[in-house]
Amino acid sequence: MALSDKDRIFTNLYGLQDWRLPAARRRGNWDGTAALIAKGRDWIIEEVKNSGLRGRGGAGFPTGMKWSFMPKQSDGRPHYLVVNADESEPGTCKDRDIIRHDPHTLIEGCLLAGVAMGAHAGYIYIRGEYYNESLVLEAAIAEAYEAGLIGPNACGSGWDFDLYVHRGAGAYICGEETALIESLEGKKGMPRLKPPFPAAVGLYGAPTTVNNVETIAVVPEILRRGAAWFASFGRPKNSGTKIFCIQGHVNRPCNVEEEMSIPLRELIERHAGGVRGGWDNLLAVIPGGSSTPLIPKEICDTVLMDFDALREVKSGLGTAGVIVMDKSTDLIKAIARLSQFYKHESCGQCTPCREGMGWVKRMMDRMVEGRAELAEIDVLEDVTRRIEGHTICALADGGVWPVQGLIRHFRPMMEERIAAYKARRGSPQPTLPMAAE
Amino acid sequence: MSGAEGQGGPEIGGGWGASHAADSEHPEQPAHFHFDAESEVQIEKIIRRYPPGKQASAVIPLLYIAQRQMKRQTGSAWVPRVAMDVVAARLGMAPIRVYEVATFYFMFNTRPIGKHHLQVCGTTPCWLRGSDEVLRACKDAGGLKGYGDTSADGLFTLTEVECLGGCVNAPVLQVDDDYYEDLDYESTVRLIEALKRGERPRPGSVIGRQASAPAGERTTLLDVPGE
Repeated sequence: MALSDKDRIFTNLYGLQDWRLPAARRRGNWDGTAALIAKGRDWIIEEVKNSGLRGRGGAGFPTGMKWSFMPKQSDGRPHYLVVNADESEPGTCKDRDIIRHDPHTLIEGCLLAGVAMGAHAGYIYIRGEYYNESLVLEAAIAEAYEAGLIGPNACGSGWDFDLYVHRGAGAYICGEETALIESLEGKKGMPRLKPPFPAAVGLYGAPTTVNNVETIAVVPEILRRGAAWFASFGRPKNSGTKIFCIQGHVNRPCNVEEEMSIPLRELIERHAGGVRGGWDNLLAVIPGGSSTPLIPKEICDTVLMDFDALREVKSGLGTAGVIVMDKSTDLIKAIARLSQFYKHESCGQCTPCREGMGWVKRMMDRMVEGRAELAEIDVLEDVTRRIEGHTICALADGGVWPVQGLIRHFRPMMEERIAAYKARRGSPQPTLPMAAE
Repeated sequence: MSGAEGQGGPEIGGGWGASHAADSEHPEQPAHFHFDAESEVQIEKIIRRYPPGKQASAVIPLLYIAQRQMKRQTGSAWVPRVAMDVVAARLGMAPIRVYEVATFYFMFNTRPIGKHHLQVCGTTPCWLRGSDEVLRACKDAGGLKGYGDTSADGLFTLTEVECLGGCVNAPVLQVDDDYYEDLDYESTVRLIEALKRGERPRPGSVIGRQASAPAGERTTLLDVPGE
């Protein structure tokens, strides 16, 4: 059964109504916020835990648990909430809609999250390209200050809370939470080693929690309607509603808020007008943004869209950016373009990533042509395994997973490409697989 | 390195100082940069966002302000080296730290660009929907040879960018600050022709979609409170 409009949190996802405060209030934002705050920090965290909310930025870590890592008492250092609005995972464009059309869901969520983690200040780090969106967000924050909803004695609750917007400047890596903190401190966005985790030593060396926009923006409705309401959607441990970004070779690409655990096929056919040329014309889907390995049609036929179901098929829900590719797609090229992306976005700090992303990209470029030896498919796979897990952050993991997914499911396609090249051009110049080029 | 503005005089040793009047290798680099009154108003607001002693946090915002001021003053949005030095001095940072930031992040142009910055998203979601056609249209209509090129009339600079985060409206072209979405070859040509005439078409979907809603009838948000 599909989610009904009354259970949708982002009722202005498409910007059909005004984003400003009066219209947002009519939609139910900022309703009884002071009373929610009055129930206390522990109640908020418990309620978020019970709702089963898992982070919407890709990793899917339980939100309530993450908040509980913040120190209960301040040791004199301030606590910070940092909202990750650096939305840059290819295939993902959901936070953009929250920010430009439903900004008050986010701002109210920031206040409530701030109370839950003992933070009197929050920074929203928004990707630099979202310039127009940042103007809306700044204006919405200004109205919230003006109305006394944030600032000193926010909503009359007795809690002081300041909220600021900080624009990034075009670096995917800054979506990694410690790189984001570095960037916010005025440095290059290079991830930090963990531990210490941000909850102990984060922004300006103070306890900090970084959460995705969607994660924060669903909190007010969870607290208003109750944890059980949110947990009633989706399968256990995968609960709630979720914005999916359905794109690529579908008839009607769109963003849509749906119930977690909805079957992939139903999601595509109900909301995106189906696969171009019909379901049988489907080749593969990247289900959760570029870092998640693709799944071929036979898995797409039945898979559910949630964290655990996609993990079972060796992929992931990620950010729920659903990239659909039909049978006309040069799949090797589609993945090679992602390799180019990760090469471009590597911060250069860790050798396996700095050198590896470029190596994988060049190797994938040859695979697109078929200018390779069959044995090099194994070499490529092997090298991705040596990169994976050997870097400070997960960028390189996300960079090699798409390649692993391609080899796992479409190895015959790569072999055919190589055979075709040989048939056309004769055996390629002997290549040294380990050489850069 | 002095790193302060307006100290004058050529530096010995070819270092990146504040004054580059005699910089024959980089004739595009201006000799001086000062924040104008409009920029100063913005700077004052921005620096207040960060705790005392943490003003280095303002480095990205100040580089943006410098880039916008250059756009106002010269028609080209870029950050010259002297501006980086001015930012460093203002925030009490070593100039090298500002150079690092200005070159690490993709959105700062360290060389002059054309009046309009055509930024074609070429990442897979846009590529699947025809970003190659958007690129071809930019080249044909803008008089551009390829990525990195600036047109002879100085109107356009063409850059390939990575995922812009507008994927359900792919392919996307960012012109300066604005996203144009759901493009194809013809609509991209029309957009560029309009820019040449000095017009600024409304950003967003060029096929009239309501933001990220599906084309045609919506499947959700048919019955919501509010208006």
